[in-house]
Amino acid sequence: MGGYFDEMFSEDGSWRGPYQDIGQWFNSQDASRLRAKHREAEQVFRLTGITFNVYGKTEAEERLIPFDIMPRIISGREWQRLEKGIEQRVRAINAFLHDIYHRQEIVRAGRVPAEMIAGNEAFLPQMLGVSPPGQVYTHIVGIDLVRTGPDEFFVLEDNARTPSGVSYMLENRETMLKMFPDLFTVNKVRNVSDYPRNLRRSLAACAPAWASGEPTVAVLTPGIYNSAYYEHAFLADQMGVELVEGHDLRVHEGRVCMRTTRGYQPIDVLYRRVDDEFLDPLNFNPDSALGVPGILDVYRAGGITIANAPGTGIADDKAIYSYMPEIVEFYTGEKPLLKNVPTWRCSDPKSLSYVLDHLSELVVKEVHGSGGYGMLIGPAASKKELSAFRNKLKARPSNYIAQPTLSLSTVPILARSGLAPRHVDLRPFVLVSPDEVKITPGGLTRVALKKGSLVVNSSQGGGTKDTWVLED
Amino acid sequence: MLGKTAGGLFWMSRYLERAENTARLLETGQRMALTRSHSSEEEWASVLKTAGVYDGYLAKYDEVTKDNAIDWVLRDADNASSIRSVIKQARDNARLVRTALTHDVWGAVNSTWMQIDTIMKRRINERDLPNTLELVRQQAALVRGATLGTMLRNDIFDFTRIGNFIERADNTGRILDVKYYVLLPTAFSVGSSLDNVQWESILRSVGAGGGYRMTHGQKTSPSEIAQFLILDQRMPRSLHFCCRKIQENLTYLEKDYGFSGPACEASNKLFDKYLGRTINDIFDLGLHEYIEDFLSDLGHLSAQIEVDYRFYE
Repeated sequence: MGGYFDEMFSEDGSWRGPYQDIGQWFNSQDASRLRAKHREAEQVFRLTGITFNVYGKTEAEERLIPFDIMPRIISGREWQRLEKGIEQRVRAINAFLHDIYHRQEIVRAGRVPAEMIAGNEAFLPQMLGVSPPGQVYTHIVGIDLVRTGPDEFFVLEDNARTPSGVSYMLENRETMLKMFPDLFTVNKVRNVSDYPRNLRRSLAACAPAWASGEPTVAVLTPGIYNSAYYEHAFLADQMGVELVEGHDLRVHEGRVCMRTTRGYQPIDVLYRRVDDEFLDPLNFNPDSALGVPGILDVYRAGGITIANAPGTGIADDKAIYSYMPEIVEFYTGEKPLLKNVPTWRCSDPKSLSYVLDHLSELVVKEVHGSGGYGMLIGPAASKKELSAFRNKLKARPSNYIAQPTLSLSTVPILARSGLAPRHVDLRPFVLVSPDEVKITPGGLTRVALKKGSLVVNSSQGGGTKDTWVLED
Repeated sequence: MLGKTAGGLFWMSRYLERAENTARLLETGQRMALTRSHSSEEEWASVLKTAGVYDGYLAKYDEVTKDNAIDWVLRDADNASSIRSVIKQARDNARLVRTALTHDVWGAVNSTWMQIDTIMKRRINERDLPNTLELVRQQAALVRGATLGTMLRNDIFDFTRIGNFIERADNTGRILDVKYYVLLPTAFSVGSSLDNVQWESILRSVGAGGGYRMTHGQKTSPSEIAQFLILDQRMPRSLHFCCRKIQENLTYLEKDYGFSGPACEASNKLFDKYLGRTINDIFDLGLHEYIEDFLSDLGHLSAQIEVDYRFYE
């Protein structure tokens, strides 16, 4: 398998520990029937409207994220270790955000350079001195993990703004339960379906302190043409709260209110799925039609909780990422439990020259990019692409970071020819409230469906798998 | 409930009703064109007028032909009221208010759009037209069934029903508006075969042929048809029936919300003004004027509902 760690099969071709039971099951199945089941699942997705919109296509084309029926399985023991590491990292991220928007001790201590903060587009000066309820900045976090060996996990990326994909995690499980109920009697798989309930509870726990009774929660979406609209509607529906757009809201007597059939009603907690920049045309992008004029002023005065807080992007910025080991240690006093991928910051001239010399071995990413756009995978790039990228790098070095090409682990998918290994990553979802850090067992496994491909993003032809954490 | 959600439900429902009515109109049009001996252009022009898309058609085409008329009413993206366009809009509104719909209703609306979008990618030839229109009517029935069978009887349901019946009243009204002259008791209409075909077509275009025969037997007269379409209390597409439903659902909202806005009052007035009469009174007043005034007042009622329940900012 070309030196990649396969999570399902050992080198001798036998099923690995967590996959023992499903291996037996799989061997007793008829492959053509399984494929028929697979098509059935896609039809269900289409009818339910579990789609994402692709930008730049005519009439906002809606596509399915391909779903593979072979689950990705994590043992209980493996998960416990990951969970500890994730919790440590998420606590550090929140402490870092509080510090950055208050005294900036970490800068004073010389652990993170001042220009990394002040000169960063993701840093919001409007947030200076603002303390959100419970000092929670990132109510919902997605930590992208990759694996390269039996015990080798790395954090590839922290998503501290508006991580998406949790609806796929939930729907994938529902689909598997419907299609293969027998599998879940053999395997003891930890439940994920209480995520929406936990999300609502977690958000409610972050309501402004003066809010009495059951807080009013709402989900803010950019609208039906947004790529993740399905997920916004799904979460609002599952939580039993309103799904609002900017034009449903207005600021009235120091509160953010939604226009209902009986008049304006104040909101206590807004789970926004709109980027910072578009949140408030008075305070940020004046052309934004997605936001609510004046919402930031209400927020700063404590009149509403916004989840995630504005300005959290400073913690998941790709340039800041390279400081995460220092950040974790600075705020927790512990060594990081989860490893960072070694990262070269191209703003540093020495690193830049190394990166330029080794371009064909490295992955280069834009500091503010996401979705797999604008990145170079050295080993897969043509000479022409490499030289074009070299020019981009020289022109704006501080816009890029570089990392070694990781040997991402594989988990087989059910292909036409049978099981075929494909590279995967994992995005566990974390809920943070003043009381606890809650991590849903598993998360979303994204899989690169093209043979040999390392890009798992759904916008670039990636698919998903149901992810199981076993009760050991 | 969000005002926007109320609006989304209202329009989802109006658009679905419109799709079904337009399908029925096309069916009747095709049948008329087939049964009539002289040129069918006039009949297609009348279909275009009843569907309220005649001006748009003339902006695109120079003359009325069967094929172009069918394509325009059925699937032209430039026509915001084509069957394909209104089903798309119904589905967009359903997506907007997804959280208010049951799984079954959403699934029915979504599958309607998926099927229509697939078969309407290409022009539909005349031979396939009946099956296509049948599909539209079946899907509309599926959505209605899911709505009646799975939705809570709360404000969500009320707005869905209000949209439904405003659209339906508007449709029956427009059929009468375009065809009123056929129903006038003039000296010349003494039941020629041409008249019989015309009368039959009016009943067909509101799917009421069977219902009419059940209540009136074979005897067809213009004033009885007019009476049936306007004042009958049990015919689900009569103006009386639709306005009664609008009134009822507004009353439920009034009770639920504990306030009564101008729209409630307008719906009561509408009912009293137009439906508390006999068909002879209506003919004395002038059928055409009566229908025109009714459609205009219905339009005002619809606009008032949007204001009272804050559909928009």
